[in-house]
Amino acid sequence: MARMYPIKLTVNGIEYERTVEARKLLADFLRDDLELTGTHVGCEHGACGACTVIMNGQTAQSCLMLAVQADGAEILTVEGLADGAGLHPIQQAFLDCHALQCGFCTPGVLLSAHALLQENSHPTEEEIRQGISGHICRCTGYVNIVKAIQAAAEKTAVAPLNAK
Amino acid sequence: MKPAQFDYFAPAKIRDALALLEEYKDEAKILAGGQSLMPLLNMRLARPRALIDINRITSHSYIRRENSVLAIGALTRHREIETSPLVRQKCPVLAEAVRWIGYPQIRNRGTMGGSLAHAHPAAELPAVVTALRGELRVIGPAGERTVKAEEFFQGFFTVALEPNEILSEVRLALWPKNAGFSFKEINRRHGDFAIAGVAALISLNERKECAESSIVLAGVNPTPLRAKRSEKLLKGRKITRDIIETAAALAAEDSDPPSDVHGSADYRRELVKVIVRRALEEAGARAMQNEK
Repeated sequence: MARMYPIKLTVNGIEYERTVEARKLLADFLRDDLELTGTHVGCEHGACGACTVIMNGQTAQSCLMLAVQADGAEILTVEGLADGAGLHPIQQAFLDCHALQCGFCTPGVLLSAHALLQENSHPTEEEIRQGISGHICRCTGYVNIVKAIQAAAEKTAVAPLNAK
Repeated sequence: MKPAQFDYFAPAKIRDALALLEEYKDEAKILAGGQSLMPLLNMRLARPRALIDINRITSHSYIRRENSVLAIGALTRHREIETSPLVRQKCPVLAEAVRWIGYPQIRNRGTMGGSLAHAHPAAELPAVVTALRGELRVIGPAGERTVKAEEFFQGFFTVALEPNEILSEVRLALWPKNAGFSFKEINRRHGDFAIAGVAALISLNERKECAESSIVLAGVNPTPLRAKRSEKLLKGRKITRDIIETAAALAAEDSDPPSDVHGSADYRRELVKVIVRRALEEAGARAMQNEK
């Protein structure tokens, strides 16, 4: 039996204690152990951005991290964006602007957009494109994703994002 | 696409990491930001017996000025360098180059030391650290030693680190305030590895001729390539259009680029000519501007 390592971390505001094998990727831990399957696994080598989560306030690709490395960390996944039944303003903007089709890349893009707007509440189009440059979307051509993030920025500029 | 089994350690002190390296030697891999190593583990192109995660050694994450040197801890993340006012002010060519590394997620995790120790031939940091005549501090069981960047990069993914050593700090000599700089890179998409890249610095003397220059290429040689003939040509000369053209042609001649799906060797050599010309124009213009 492979050695198991105890970890304690906070995901979407909930504290979890689990034991994991050292080689388990954070992405697989979130999906398989915590059953938070909103985090998608695409390329598994850090090229597609689908598995992006926010760890300690910064985006990270959860396929390029081990679950043991997240010991003590605070993680936000797509499941933690919405507050109860209502969509998060960025999610609502994606819906309004038709910024997704198949939706595979969407959880990761939402989190990068969230991190971007936390840092820069009025990004230019260029800054938005830079902000989501670590994501591959094969449906939209990115145009509506950029529009949605612009729309979310305008909305949240009036009502600031809750400090999630 | 899942890593094979390994023994995992996350020491909090560099001393403990060194003891582990001593035990596992070349069967261990150091895990820093993981943005190159994790894909290799996932694809099982790397199957180390032990993984030594140094992310808990937080004492090695810093950017500080020590007289005429900028000292950067090996565990400093790209994002910290990108957003550091000190780097932008004292070492703008580094601030510019870091923006070209991958994309936000990569820069949030990836580290200075990791990029240098990995030594991808097309990576930005090995080229820019070489261009800044950087010195690398290495810690081993016998203590510390310093290696010049030019001697550190020995070949394709090969650096002057013994299996029981860890890269601990990068020391960059600051250029005079009036020096001009440029970093240029060509790739299909921003964030991809460079098909060809160049870091250039030019300082001027009181006659507005080139006092010193540094021109280092990425992606066109197994290691960062210092365009020595171009540097020599510029020295003591006015930065004119003709001199720039000749310097760019020499750099292209001296590069030894690979042929792959991203471009043939000939194409890359042509790119070198173009980006070196653009970089010298920009660095030269900035140096002139600073003289005013």
